[in-house]
Amino acid sequence: MERGLGSGPSAIRLVWVYPDLLSTYGDRGNLLVLARRARLRGIPVEIAEVNSDQRVPVDGDIYLLGGGEDLPQVLAARRLRAGGGLSAAADRGAVVFAVCAGYQIIGTEFGGAEGEPVAGLGLLDLRSGRGQRRGVGEITADVDPALGVERLTGFENHQGTTVRGPEVKPLATVLTGVGNGDGTEGAYSGRVLGTYLHGPALVRNPSLADLLLGWVAGPLPPIDPRQEELVLNLRRERLAAVPG
Amino acid sequence: MSTSSPPDPRSGLPLRARLATTVGGAAGRASRLAGRGDGSVIGGIIGLRLQPDLLCLLARGRRIVLVTGTNGKTTTTRLITAALGTLGQQIASNAFGANMEAGLVAALARAPDATMAVLEVDEKHMPAMLQATGAQVVTLLNLSRDQMDRAAEIWLLARRWRAVLAAAPDCRVIANADDPLVAWAAGQARRVTWVAAGQRWHDDSWCCPNCGSHLRRDGDDWHCGECPNRRPPVSWVLAGDEVIDPTGRSRPLDLLLPGRANRSNAVIALAVAEVFGVGFTQAMNAIQQVRSVAGRYTHVERRGCDLRLLLAKNPAGWLEALDVLAPAPVPVMLAVNAQVPDGKDTSWLWDVDYRRLRGRQVFVAGERKLDLAVRLEADEVAFRIVGSVDEAVDLARSPSMDVLANYTAFQQIRAVLGRTA
Repeated sequence: MERGLGSGPSAIRLVWVYPDLLSTYGDRGNLLVLARRARLRGIPVEIAEVNSDQRVPVDGDIYLLGGGEDLPQVLAARRLRAGGGLSAAADRGAVVFAVCAGYQIIGTEFGGAEGEPVAGLGLLDLRSGRGQRRGVGEITADVDPALGVERLTGFENHQGTTVRGPEVKPLATVLTGVGNGDGTEGAYSGRVLGTYLHGPALVRNPSLADLLLGWVAGPLPPIDPRQEELVLNLRRERLAAVPG
Repeated sequence: MSTSSPPDPRSGLPLRARLATTVGGAAGRASRLAGRGDGSVIGGIIGLRLQPDLLCLLARGRRIVLVTGTNGKTTTTRLITAALGTLGQQIASNAFGANMEAGLVAALARAPDATMAVLEVDEKHMPAMLQATGAQVVTLLNLSRDQMDRAAEIWLLARRWRAVLAAAPDCRVIANADDPLVAWAAGQARRVTWVAAGQRWHDDSWCCPNCGSHLRRDGDDWHCGECPNRRPPVSWVLAGDEVIDPTGRSRPLDLLLPGRANRSNAVIALAVAEVFGVGFTQAMNAIQQVRSVAGRYTHVERRGCDLRLLLAKNPAGWLEALDVLAPAPVPVMLAVNAQVPDGKDTSWLWDVDYRRLRGRQVFVAGERKLDLAVRLEADEVAFRIVGSVDEAVDLARSPSMDVLANYTAFQQIRAVLGRTA
C-alpha cells in the first residue's frame, strides 16, 4: 500500500466514516484506541473524520463505521453507495471495521425504519433484519481461533439478526448475549470485519484492535505493560461481571 | 391563561382515592423517616395500587405544567415553580425529580390545596402523563442520547411526542426551536411558543426527523435540504448572557445557577411564566434567586474543602457540565456508575471530550471508575483513582473542588455528605 509520506515509519491512515450519522454509544472510542495503540508502538497515525456531506477518501488504511438510529443508518447507506469511496477502498484491500448499524450497512441488505429492505454496500455477504426481541446487555464471545484474538467483551443494544452467506465467517461464538441471533457474533471476510459490540469494542478488546493494526502494519511490537494495566483490569472486571 | 378559579381539587375525589392518597402519604412519611430517599415514590406506588387512575383524579381542576426533555427537567421545573410562585398560589411540584407516574401522584397528593402544579416528566412517559393529567402547558427542552439500553431511540420518542401533542389541541406547548427533534415533535401542536434556547450538543440531530435527509446548519439556524422542515420563527431568544423577550427587548439574565444550559432553562421558564400572566420582571427576580436544585450546584464544606456538586447524566449533560467547571487549578472529581437509572452501558463516556481537563488534578471514582480511567487515559488526562470523596479531598489539599457525577453516583455522594447537600 503506497502512502507517499517519505522517510520514517509510514503513518497508518484511520478514516472515521460519517461520525455525524454513525456515532452513538461512544464509537469515537474505537478510533481513539486504534490511534493510541499505534502511537504507543511508535507508529504515526493520521486521522480523517469524514462527515456525510464529504467524500470518503479511497487511500485510507482502516475505515471505521459506528452505530446509529434507523434514519441516519438509511441515509448513511444511501450516501455511501452513491459515493463509492468506501467500496473502492475495500476493493483495494483496506481494513473495514463496522459496529452495529455500520455492521448492517456493510452487508448486502438491512431493515429500515419501517422494516423495509434497504440495500447495503455488499462488502460482506450478509443480510440483517429485525429480530423478535431486543438484545440489550453485556455480551461475551469466543473469537474464531484463526484470528488469535482473546475472548470478546462488550455491550450490545440492538434488535438486529444477521444471516451470513457461505463466504463469510462468524467473528465469534456467543457465550452470553445475543449477537447475530444464531449463537454467533459478528462476521468477517478478508479484512472486512463487523460486530454488534459496543463498549466500545476495541476499547474492551485490545487484541481485536491489534488484529486490525497488524493487518496494516505487520507484526506489532509489544506495548509497555504499564500502558495496558488499566484496560486489562477493565477487561477482567467486565468478564467477571457476566454471569456464567 | 384565562381559566377561572378552579374548584378545590380534593373535594371531587372519590372516597377510595382520598384513602389512596392518605395511605400513600403515610407510607411516604414512613419511608422518609427510615432514611430511604425523600419517600415520594413509594407513597405514589401504594396510592396507585389502591386507585389506578389516581393521577387523573388528583390532576382534575388544577392548572398543570409538564416539563420534559433529556436534560434540565429538574432545574427548569424549579425555575418555573419559582416564577409562578410570585402569583401567590400554592404550587404542587415533584421538585426532587421523581418523574414517573408514582412521583407525579405523590407530588399532587402532598399538596391537595394547590391549584397549580409544575411537574417534571420522564421523556418516555410524557405522552401517557399528558393524557392522564390533561396538562394545560407542556414544556419541551431538548432531546439527545441518554440511557440507550432502556430508552427508546430518541427519534421514536420524538414521534410519540408529535402524535400526542397533535391530539391535544387545547395544550399550549413551549418548545426549544433550536433542537430539530424537539421542533419536529411540537410541529403539529396547535399552539406553540417557540424559544431559541440553544443547542450545544448537535450529534443526535444531523438527520431531518421529518424525512431522514441531512439537516443544514448555519449557526443556530437549521433547515432540511430536501423537505420544508426548518427552524420555526421564535418569540423568545437566549442570546449569550441575555434574554430577548417577544417585544424584542433584551435584558441580562444574571442567574445564580451557572452555565449556558441553565440560561437556556431560565429563558424557557420565562416563556412559561408569560403564559400564566406573570410579569417579566417579577418572574426574572424569582428565577435569579434559585441557587441550587435538588442538590445540584450545592456547596458543601468537607474536611476544610468547599465542594461544589454537579450532576450530569449523558454526553450532552457532561458537555455542558464541563463548561461550568471552575477554572484550573481547582481540582475535579468525576464519578460514574452504571446502575439501571444511569444506563448500564458506559460506552457514552467516549462521546465526551475530556481533553480540557489536562493540566489539573483529576480524581476518578464511582462503581465504573475503570471505564472512566481508561477513557481519560486515551485523552491523555492525568488522574488518580479514589475510593471516596473524602479520599479525593485529602489528596487534593485544595480549598475547593468540583464534583461531577452521573445519577446514582451523585446520590451516593450526597448520602455520604449528608442530606444537607
